[in-house]
Amino acid sequence: MRVGLDIGSTTIKCVVLDENDALVYSTYERHYSHILEKAQELLRRIDTEQLHGQTALLSISGSAGMGLADSCKVPFVQEVFSTRVAVKRFVPRTDCVIELGGEDAKILFLTNGTEVRMNGSCAGGTGAFIDQMATLLKMSADEMNKAAEQAQRTYTIASRCGVFAKSDVQPLINQGARTEDIAASIYKAVVNQTIAGLAQGRPIQGNILYLGGPLTFSTVLRKSFDEALGVTGTCPENSLLYVALGAALYADKAFNLSEVAKALDEYAATATYASEPPLFANKEEYEAFHARHMSHSVPRVPFSAQCGPVHIGIDSGSTTVKLVVVDEKSQILYTNYQPNLGNPLPLIREQLLKIYKEHPGLQVASVTTTGYGEELVKNAFRCDYGLVETVAHFTAAKYFMPDVDFIIDIGGQDMKCFKIEDGAISNIFLNEACSSGCGSFLQTFAQALGYDVKEFAALGLFADRPVDLGSRCTVFMNSSVKQAQKDGASIQNISAGLSISVVKNALYKVIRASSPEELGRKIVVQGGTFYNEAVLRAFEKEMGVEVIRPDIAGLMGAYGAALFGLRQSKKNGKTVSDMMSQAELKNFDQKVVSVKCGGCGNHCQLTVNTFADGRKFISGNRCDKPVTGKSEDNSLNLYAYKQQLLASYKPVPGKRGSIGIPLCLGFYELLPFWYAFWTKLGFAVHTSPVSSRGLYLAGQATIPSDTACFPAKLSHGHIKALSQMQLDAIFYPCLTYNVDEGLGDNHYNCPVVAYYPEVLAGNCPELEGKKFIYDYVGIHRPKDFVHKMAKNVLPKYFGGISEKEVQEAADAAYAEYEAHMAKIRVKGSEIIDEARRQGKRIIVLAGRPYHVDPEVNHGIDHLITRHGAAVVTEDSISNRVEKFPTSVLNQWTYHSRLYAAAKYCTTQKDMDLVQLVSFGCGVDAITTDETREILQEGGKLYTQLKIDEITNLGAVNIRLRSLFAALDERDEDRR
Amino acid sequence: MEYQYPKFTPEMKKTHTILIPNMAVTQFRLLKYALEYDGYKCEILGNCGSAVAQLGLKYVHNDTCYPALLVIGQFLDALNSGKYDLEHTALLITQTGGGCRASNYIHLLRKALVKAGYPEIPVASLNFSGLEKDSGFQMTLPLARRALACIFYGDMLCALRNQTAPYENEKGSADKLVDKWVERLGRVLLAGKGFTAKEMKHTFPLIAREFAAIPVTRVPKVKVGVVGEIYVKYSPLGNNDLQKFLESQDCEVNFPGLMGFVQYCAFNMGEDHVLYGGKLGTKVVIDQFLNYLDGIERSMLKATADAGFYAPGPFKELVEKPKGVISLGAKMGEGWLLTAEMIELVQGGYGNIVCAQPFGCLPNHIVGKGMVNKIRALYPASNITPIDYDPSATKVNQENRIKLMLAVAKERLNNPVQEPVKPLTAEELAGGAPRLSHETANV
Repeated sequence: MRVGLDIGSTTIKCVVLDENDALVYSTYERHYSHILEKAQELLRRIDTEQLHGQTALLSISGSAGMGLADSCKVPFVQEVFSTRVAVKRFVPRTDCVIELGGEDAKILFLTNGTEVRMNGSCAGGTGAFIDQMATLLKMSADEMNKAAEQAQRTYTIASRCGVFAKSDVQPLINQGARTEDIAASIYKAVVNQTIAGLAQGRPIQGNILYLGGPLTFSTVLRKSFDEALGVTGTCPENSLLYVALGAALYADKAFNLSEVAKALDEYAATATYASEPPLFANKEEYEAFHARHMSHSVPRVPFSAQCGPVHIGIDSGSTTVKLVVVDEKSQILYTNYQPNLGNPLPLIREQLLKIYKEHPGLQVASVTTTGYGEELVKNAFRCDYGLVETVAHFTAAKYFMPDVDFIIDIGGQDMKCFKIEDGAISNIFLNEACSSGCGSFLQTFAQALGYDVKEFAALGLFADRPVDLGSRCTVFMNSSVKQAQKDGASIQNISAGLSISVVKNALYKVIRASSPEELGRKIVVQGGTFYNEAVLRAFEKEMGVEVIRPDIAGLMGAYGAALFGLRQSKKNGKTVSDMMSQAELKNFDQKVVSVKCGGCGNHCQLTVNTFADGRKFISGNRCDKPVTGKSEDNSLNLYAYKQQLLASYKPVPGKRGSIGIPLCLGFYELLPFWYAFWTKLGFAVHTSPVSSRGLYLAGQATIPSDTACFPAKLSHGHIKALSQMQLDAIFYPCLTYNVDEGLGDNHYNCPVVAYYPEVLAGNCPELEGKKFIYDYVGIHRPKDFVHKMAKNVLPKYFGGISEKEVQEAADAAYAEYEAHMAKIRVKGSEIIDEARRQGKRIIVLAGRPYHVDPEVNHGIDHLITRHGAAVVTEDSISNRVEKFPTSVLNQWTYHSRLYAAAKYCTTQKDMDLVQLVSFGCGVDAITTDETREILQEGGKLYTQLKIDEITNLGAVNIRLRSLFAALDERDEDRR
Repeated sequence: MEYQYPKFTPEMKKTHTILIPNMAVTQFRLLKYALEYDGYKCEILGNCGSAVAQLGLKYVHNDTCYPALLVIGQFLDALNSGKYDLEHTALLITQTGGGCRASNYIHLLRKALVKAGYPEIPVASLNFSGLEKDSGFQMTLPLARRALACIFYGDMLCALRNQTAPYENEKGSADKLVDKWVERLGRVLLAGKGFTAKEMKHTFPLIAREFAAIPVTRVPKVKVGVVGEIYVKYSPLGNNDLQKFLESQDCEVNFPGLMGFVQYCAFNMGEDHVLYGGKLGTKVVIDQFLNYLDGIERSMLKATADAGFYAPGPFKELVEKPKGVISLGAKMGEGWLLTAEMIELVQGGYGNIVCAQPFGCLPNHIVGKGMVNKIRALYPASNITPIDYDPSATKVNQENRIKLMLAVAKERLNNPVQEPVKPLTAEELAGGAPRLSHETANV
């Protein structure tokens, strides 16, 4: 007999095979992370029921099985390897296996060179991810699959890790997109994630086998894979058990299973893991802590039937809806807090109707909305004011502590913190895509472990040795928890560890504080997550200071909004709100359709809410055209101008043929140079099309490193596009050095910009047989450039080009480049002058030249101009300052401009800098801190926007609005 | 923004203890003697544990590469320990001066020191690029020669040890011999000797012969090569003690030597002249320097091979390896050297390769992960697994991946690949990127 045990991240599987390798017993169960107990129980059960005390050949596999196997000296088989063993045995004609597990995604190539690919340390697990998304949609995994079958269309959801996808799904839910469509989009995202992350350039073809839980249970997921790969894969019998089967087949050592189970007892006793001090030394300490926090409360007064005027604040957050009613003295009359179930409007309508009904003589003086759903709610019910959520929270915090200098809010989906100086928000930290999670993360984890979230949090309060789980993104935490479980940490200690991690994430990941003093001493903590006393305690301990957690910590946004309404009404002398009457509310009805906008080439997916009275609310738009019907005004947008300039380089037929240039990375700046160079030499210069989602997807299969920055990944799509254009050659030189503008200590390109052509040459099969010119070229030395090009580079590809010709071409190239940069600077000056004439703010949207790519910047430039500010680039003003000392090595051309632009900003009172940072840009880990320091030294706010393949413009918008609100406040103070 | 950071003055040479982060263990143990002979008081840091990474996370931008977090965390942990007289302590950190962000470590360290409350601690830069010219710590010619000798000796000791330890009859004999030689060479270095080419050439065969004399039983074992970002490749702190893990899995390991990196850095300065022009003088000097090293290197390799051990080709041959795969112009981070080492390893029978890098390492997107497909197409015997290291990447995940690679390796060990491993020529490659579907390997 053979026994194989597969211990995965969420389930445990076991098979028993007889002498002929026929399956006689199998089981598939969730272990709720009681790995040890479950494994022991299973081993004993099989021994009694199947083996009757006989020994059997045994081996253990699975991501959570390694430590266990080591401890009881049972051979361990790596799980992909055992999959391979089983597949070769049972489905020998398989070419490629796709296996999705609880937290792992694997592709196994069997023919033409065996190769295995597993998800990298950055990609979230797929099974757990689907579960998480299902929870978000308030469905079971089965229900989500059923729903997806009814989908009419799909949305784009980030295909990298769960956390990103989550922040894409949430706004869709908030905007009222159909759940069926969202469900289907989630499966599609999983497919994209698997193909982009794992295939890494290798085509998936032939006989495909689907294994593992998600692919077994979801028909839609299998279909999505079939469609994406253009194949018909099969999901074999026992598809859940292949790892266990492989382990059984691989087993070559006999054991008595009950004895193995016994050996595991000792393992439980010896488990060790890194731990933190307990949260509370004893019960008394806890009692004192509890009492202290109960004392920070807002007076509550009875909400009588006849009353008014009252002010209503509505916070439509990412996962919850909060509503607060206050009287003229800021006292609370009524509160409501509930999960938004995907669509906030019916809930709010119900609440408002309830209020009207129970208080017939009510006089509503103002209604203010805030949060993610601010716009939707405001429009739907004709509320009076909309307030950016950061300002709402600040307003509420001031009620508890007028001299508050630091506010941290950890909500369900998001974490935000702001520093307050001189009564204004001076610095805002929002969690960027990679460390979100927060409250909902704890919740999902509690559920995964089989607990209710409240119960789960309370478990941690008196944990003796909280697990040290580190301070990184939630996806990484999954594997840390896995490890802790393996090491035998109790559920109490894991719970406490997770609470501590949330706090460390906020402090060291989002805020990056190095000392508590730096953040401030007067701290108000808010957000539902701080109701969790373990998190609250961990925060105080980490900060070394006692903080205020209001009794309405989860309602602060709504309360702040209500207070804002109260203040505004007083200021405007307005006593009656414009909100819908009771009758109108009763008849309120909402229809949601999603359409593709035809206004321009962007083809935004618009979500159109139509209300009963015929009014429409449109979201998902990148410009105002679908709303106002007018085209975008780009007169004060230097990004748009740069795009125009680049688009004006059209191919001129030449005597020597044609050459293709991919419009990506460094070419966003050097296209004028190379265009002039090759045109002068007699080549028609064709560029690849402007980036688009489709172009990216077409090239994504050849990306070898899934953690490279998005601009680099995009270049695969450009190469793909050029390869289909029937050109004589494709040109993309390697440039270690960029032009020296004298602003820094050196003038390098970053490693990715410098050498990405090497990656393309090594991984894009479509370049096979094509003339791909990717030599190393030094444009920083004009004289040598001519010589080296004429002698070493060009002769390799084209005959008969004389050095004189190259000289002329180079002269034209340098001249064109200079002219191009000059145009940008002139236009920049014009925009600055015009903005000043109109009294508009000037935002330096600083990044790299390739951030001009609309697919990379996601239209953030337009977002800024829609807020009424002018947009200029860093390279349009960087020449206005002399080289100055920096505290970092200033050695990259693009980054030197960034520092220079920041420096210049500090000398201009109406100019502020917003830095665009591509996710995964290692160099920006250095530049961001330096830029921040330069700006803060000069008394300016620093705003950083992290952008990736998909960027949640909603969050960007909050960020920008908070910035503008803070700037306005500063200006007011100055007056 | 500019800090007025404290300089390491020449006087401090006498008064200060210099703390040095640990990287390549054996090489650095020797290096300590060379520095001491030159009059520096120094200590190689051995502190590890979770406090190191935590301090790094606390005082350095979290997206900065893992080596910076660890090195800076290790320094701060040491300063916090109370073991050192803070008024007489200085720090030494390497600076490559290339286009990689690693050149910025020293600045990140200075920023972190200010934040952590140690603004008065001077930091010296160890570099060959002429950065920080005003520092009291200077790479003088005599010191440089001694340092180079330490690297040669250290590389050799490691290579011999790694080829002996897995097979030794008495566990620990090879390690004992390493210790013996480190002490012996240390005494010689402290006496101001042992660093000339002549002395080295005399000593190499002695070392090799003693290792060859260790009683061994040679059975086929999985041979694993390790390449990667320089710190994560060598430092046990950086790679979760990769060497120990591989050896616990019954493998023979091969970490290509540190000297290769030194030669690579020097070579690049000359290559800049070839590609982009510039002063011919630099190129001439560099070539002379490389020739000097080449002489010593060849005798080291010959001594190794003569004693019956595997010796890779010298640097001058290594330079030829990447032809048709990556250009020698790729010089940021470990650049083309990393690719060349992978090819060298595959050709030398170490086809199972761990490519170690910090999470999000920019150069490794290109020269590591980016080149794997190409190498695999050229050498079907290669079995490469890139492993990311990061404060939160758990050991269990990393080990799982390595075990997977080893599982394939073990299978191959038992059923050797049928077709001979024949590298394609540069001409065969000229058609462009090789396609994986053309592969013929069927394992």
